[in-house]
Amino acid sequence: MGSGPRAPFRMEASIPLRPALGVPAAGGTVARNPAARAVRALERAFDHPFGAAANPLRQLGALAFWFFWIVAVSGVYLYIFFDTSVSGAYASVESLTRDQWYAGGVMRSLHRYASDAFLVVTVLHLLREAAYGRFTGFRWFSWVSGVPTLVFMLVSGIVGYWLVWDAVAQFVGIGVTEWVGWLPGFGPELVRNFIAEEAMTDRFFSLLVFIHIGVPLFLLAAMWIHVQRISRPQMQPAGALAWGSLAALVVLSLARPALSDAPADLARVPVAVALDWFYLFPLPAMYAASAGAVWAALGAAMLLLAALPWLVRAPRAPVAQVSPANCNGCSRCFADCPYAAVVMREHPDGKPGKKIAVVLEDLCASCGICAGACPSSTPFRSGEALVTGIDMPQLPVEAMRARLERALADGRTTIVFGCESGAAVEALRGPDVAAWRFPCIAQVPPSFVDYALRAGARGVLIARCPEHDCEFRLGSRWAAERLAGTREPHLRPSVPRERVRIIEAAPEDAEALARAAADFRAEMARLGPVVPRGRVKRRASASEGVDE
Amino acid sequence: MSKAVRYGLQAVAYAAFAVFIGYFSTFPRYQHLQPDEALLRLSFKHPGKPVGDCRERTPEELAKMPPQLRTKLDCPRERSPVRAVVELDGKPLYDETFPAAGLKRDGAAAGYRRLAIPAGQHTLKVGFNDDVRAKGLTYEHAATVNLEPGQVVLIDLVADRGGVVIR
Repeated sequence: MGSGPRAPFRMEASIPLRPALGVPAAGGTVARNPAARAVRALERAFDHPFGAAANPLRQLGALAFWFFWIVAVSGVYLYIFFDTSVSGAYASVESLTRDQWYAGGVMRSLHRYASDAFLVVTVLHLLREAAYGRFTGFRWFSWVSGVPTLVFMLVSGIVGYWLVWDAVAQFVGIGVTEWVGWLPGFGPELVRNFIAEEAMTDRFFSLLVFIHIGVPLFLLAAMWIHVQRISRPQMQPAGALAWGSLAALVVLSLARPALSDAPADLARVPVAVALDWFYLFPLPAMYAASAGAVWAALGAAMLLLAALPWLVRAPRAPVAQVSPANCNGCSRCFADCPYAAVVMREHPDGKPGKKIAVVLEDLCASCGICAGACPSSTPFRSGEALVTGIDMPQLPVEAMRARLERALADGRTTIVFGCESGAAVEALRGPDVAAWRFPCIAQVPPSFVDYALRAGARGVLIARCPEHDCEFRLGSRWAAERLAGTREPHLRPSVPRERVRIIEAAPEDAEALARAAADFRAEMARLGPVVPRGRVKRRASASEGVDE
Repeated sequence: MSKAVRYGLQAVAYAAFAVFIGYFSTFPRYQHLQPDEALLRLSFKHPGKPVGDCRERTPEELAKMPPQLRTKLDCPRERSPVRAVVELDGKPLYDETFPAAGLKRDGAAAGYRRLAIPAGQHTLKVGFNDDVRAKGLTYEHAATVNLEPGQVVLIDLVADRGGVVIR
């Protein structure tokens, strides 16, 4: 011990963002896919004004939840004043809109516009995930379970327009029944509910309200199922984004309140309709083509979306493996897995209360975060073979330690750990620098940093992805928290903090990473060798293959 | 980037989002009909007559039947399809036959057609046949209608209100 008073990490919040266009991304889907590159460029452009933490394009799913709740709350308010009868529906909505424009009117407009925003951000969310290829492999369930939400959204939105019972509602009611009437089992008599005054009953309006409240409950259930296979799903956008988007909708509601058309008159048909194109696009499509064509197009689109995970398959990396003899049932891998792929079960050794981690192979993202969380993943362990509790077959901790030891034996005193989805740290390699990338930076147990410094390294540079850019959702955050000592397994307090630097570096930040690395090396040169804090028995000598 | 610029750009982004939502929420107007058009709707739900005559069962036939099913008349279950014929200003518009519903064709026949027609005065001649045993039309009605743009003329078949209804 002798490194003097401990200094905090040099945490560089972020390397200055650079335009991503034209800069080849380091790896993964983004590098290969033009659509992903375009989305990423747009996202990074939005990072400038909003900041990554409140970037709407990075929180489309959370925004969808937010808009859903705005729709739900405003809907409850509207329902208090709504009269579910043929004669009263229109009048009650008009009264709500005109007599209490400051409350009911705003709520009505918010209900409409938040519904539209809900659909828009949901479709953007779908397109973003599709562009990034996030629908195959372990993500299939999240993808497929998202498809029905589109259907529920459309149904509840369309039915909502009927309730106003104005000319638009009449058009929508007749149009939808003509459309649905095409389907076998419904028949042309369905439209008769909307073509004569005597066919309309108060009970029918009660049914519409029942559908308009019931289907969103199914929608909410579908949204809940949609996020079941991820841990700690973000269902609430950043505060600034939430209030900013709500403010935008309130301003829109005041500037352009949602108003009713003329009352429904079944003896007439609206000639030009003020249509909500977000929800009601099937109707003009039906009149331009045919009901069958619209059903075919929408059905094919839904089927295609649902089948996408099996139509576009990506090669799958080996999943995490548990060693029962080395798993002590601590649950850290269970707590850290971003995709709920680790569950705790009774340990097979039969000791009462002892647990073991079990990997659900279908859910495993092969990110290695669990291996980094395992307290047994420490290179300090003695014994011929280093076997940890949970490990990645493609890069087990023993191989990581051997690689590190070879680099140190080769005189490379600056160690750089990076992420395969982040900046290309290989470019930093040199006579005294060893650099590797891992599927996720959180695969690197903090004890490897300690080990490297005890075994001869002058400094360890950790290049993690920006937190909101993490391919595996939580890996970058977990890595930072472990190194900061706020999450287990933590970096030992005795590790000289001035020799450890953690930076954020996205694939486009190669130049900034190079500058940060040069600065780090210079500082490590100034600090000189590490004062020994303990001995480490190295198992490797200098050899080739350090940079593999 | 200064705070003022950041907040300014955020405001622009929020405004663009709101404008996008606000515009497509009601615009562009969908031109459902041309300004000088009205709409003709043919809609009916009507059970056709049985496809054949009833006959009396013989005592021998009745004796072979379970007691609770011994009804004298044996009527065909299947119903006739309904043929609808519409003429507008002397020109044939529809001449279609709509089958009875159900696997056994024992339900009501239903039909729905819609057609935009020029507004103004028209002569409508409508007929239905709901009995395969009868030749020609079993219900007929003619009317002159004067339609404003956007007005709907509905053709229905309601047997207990005299047959063809044009309103």
